[in-house]
Amino acid sequence: MKILVPIKRVADPDNANKLKISSDAKVDTTGLEWKPNPFDEYAVETALRLTENGANTKARVGEVVVVMFGPKEAESTLRAALATGADRAIRIDANDADLDGDVVAQGLKAIVDKEKPDLVLLGKQTVDSDSNQVAQLVAEYLGWPQATFAATIRSEGDKALHVGREVDGGTLHLKVTLPAVVSVDLRIVAPKSVRSAHTAEGHAYPDGVRFAALMAIMAAKKKPLVEEKLSDLVPGATRKIEYTSFALPPARAAGIKVKSVQELVQKLKAEAKVL
Amino acid sequence: MMSHTLVIAEMHEGKVRKSTLSAVTFARQVGAPFAILVIGAGAAKAAAEVVAFGAQKVLVCDDASLGNYVCERFAPTVAALVKSLAFDIIAVTASSYGKDLAPRVAAKIGAGYAPDVSGVVVDGGKLTYKRPMYAGNAFGTCAVTTPLQVVSVRQSDFAAAEASGGASEIEAVPYAGPDAAAAHVEFVSLEHGKNERPDLGEARVIVSGGRALKEQFAAVLDPLANLLGAAVGASRAACDAGYASPELQVGQTGRVVAPKLYFAIGISGAIQHLAGMKGSKVIVAINKDADAPIFQVADYGLVADLFTAVPELVTELKAQA
Ligand SMILES: Cc1cc2nc3c(=O)[nH]c(=O)nc-3n(C[C@H](O)[C@H](O)[C@H](O)COP(=O)(O)OP(=O)(O)OC[C@H]3O[C@@H](n4cnc5c(N)ncnc54)[C@H](O)[C@@H]3O)c2cc1C
Ligand SMILES: Nc1ncnc2c1ncn2[C@@H]1O[C@H](COP(=O)(O)O)[C@@H](O)[C@H]1O
Repeated sequence: MKILVPIKRVADPDNANKLKISSDAKVDTTGLEWKPNPFDEYAVETALRLTENGANTKARVGEVVVVMFGPKEAESTLRAALATGADRAIRIDANDADLDGDVVAQGLKAIVDKEKPDLVLLGKQTVDSDSNQVAQLVAEYLGWPQATFAATIRSEGDKALHVGREVDGGTLHLKVTLPAVVSVDLRIVAPKSVRSAHTAEGHAYPDGVRFAALMAIMAAKKKPLVEEKLSDLVPGATRKIEYTSFALPPARAAGIKVKSVQELVQKLKAEAKVL
Repeated sequence: MMSHTLVIAEMHEGKVRKSTLSAVTFARQVGAPFAILVIGAGAAKAAAEVVAFGAQKVLVCDDASLGNYVCERFAPTVAALVKSLAFDIIAVTASSYGKDLAPRVAAKIGAGYAPDVSGVVVDGGKLTYKRPMYAGNAFGTCAVTTPLQVVSVRQSDFAAAEASGGASEIEAVPYAGPDAAAAHVEFVSLEHGKNERPDLGEARVIVSGGRALKEQFAAVLDPLANLLGAAVGASRAACDAGYASPELQVGQTGRVVAPKLYFAIGISGAIQHLAGMKGSKVIVAINKDADAPIFQVADYGLVADLFTAVPELVTELKAQA
């Protein structure tokens, strides 16, 4: 199976590094750590699991190609994916400011037309824009079936996938025949969430994504990474959504600490009036 | 140009999901005439549930092949209606259904898509949207640059519309048939937990638990939830560890909730969790670590061992009932 995995790197706010907004109402990412979008790391892990025998993760059965739309300095994210086992990388040179989900999806369609993968495997959302749309858009542009928010994937030979989608209130099971587009949710990297046709029933992976060994990091420097121009792939691509300003969320008024369960109940009744 | 909004309803087990009423609220805020599309097997019967909300029309697409939601079977009809009836704004609530369906519709009709918006401003017929980004750490203001626009709206920010009386005209619309891609996708089953509790999106009170609860998750939280008629939620860590079922996850990438009262019990308060519950009216945190970040958003914090505090809380509430 040949799998194309689009990956993005994101500026990640956490509890220690707060996002700032500049005086001209733009997002100021100084001090934030650039990380691969977590869902894309999960998608790479899923692609690796689908193209191997879980008992021998050194040998690939098929090919995993990672692709990124982004600037040169983001190439380290592609190298990191190569180090964990992806075979090749493509970087579409673009400024983040010229991209939106639709431009990325149109670019991906052009790449798929050339690369002809069996599966496009994406993250369900990027945690900077929180958009959750590229998979669905590219599925439509390709005329392929989509299975979004996958928490489990079982492959049936190289022809079909059984996908358990995490939906509100439960799990929706779909069977898609390839070629198809699948986006992955958080629990796709649980030990038994993904099973390729080459992996024994019941095989359990370590929880989470695999780490690259030092040797693999060195070897990844020699794996192919080609660069293309966005304007060659999608001439005249324009964004369909424009951001004019950003603001910090309204702060919540500081609360209080109560000393006992009795005091809590009393406050909820008398002060907050929610009981 | 006069705008005209199409609200896509969501059906579940033959009924219109209440979450649909958030998209109706959005349509009312836009202020243009709007129609509600009820699509799915049994839609003709369910349509009556949404005739009193001020829609110009309730459009009904009822077809036996729409018994289970598969995007490739639903999207073509929406796209066909946008063209034939000249809608220019297409709105759906950002449930897992809306998030799956809306972008595919947008791509079909060449529209830009504003996902998961928390607010809309109408200025001289031009719409701008406010939407949370970076796990709720920033709000972006954005506009869609194409003439047609598709929007999904947050249930936590658009309160369910109240009935306004009257009766919209019901009109049957043809099923446009499936996408070619529908031949390559098959609905297998929908597993849903037998949940007798209120839905997280609609609950007045939510009792959420984190990793700290371990295997005692249900044993500790259920008595409190039962007593308060609350929905039960969970952190990602509790879901990943199997203490709670995945559909209970609250957060950036789980359900986004805004109840009157939210209990965060044994939850540290990572930004991804806060992104899903910061909009709650009153937040109570119970955590044994006085420095846990959850206390920065809690209205009432109790530093205590949850395994003693929660049963005590249940006893206290019963005593005062
Ligand atoms: C891409 C991505 C998406 C994510 N999306 C979400 C999401 O949607 N929702 C979400 O919740 N998380 C999400 N997370 C995970 C998030 O970052 C945190 O890891 C998670 O919320 C932590 O869960 P927790 O608070 O239950 O566990 P922990 O961080 O382990 O916290 C447990 C807490 O319990 C307290 N405690 C322990 N024992 C007791 C006791 N006996 N009594 C009282 N208190 C006790 C501890 O002091 C601690 O504060 C996401 C992460 C990523 C990377
Ligand atoms: N700039 C990009 N380069 C490569 N892949 C991307 C890019 N932006 C989004 N994606 C992919 O699309 C998925 C969904 O992103 P989004 O719809 O932007 O939330 C991500 O998880 C990635 O797999």
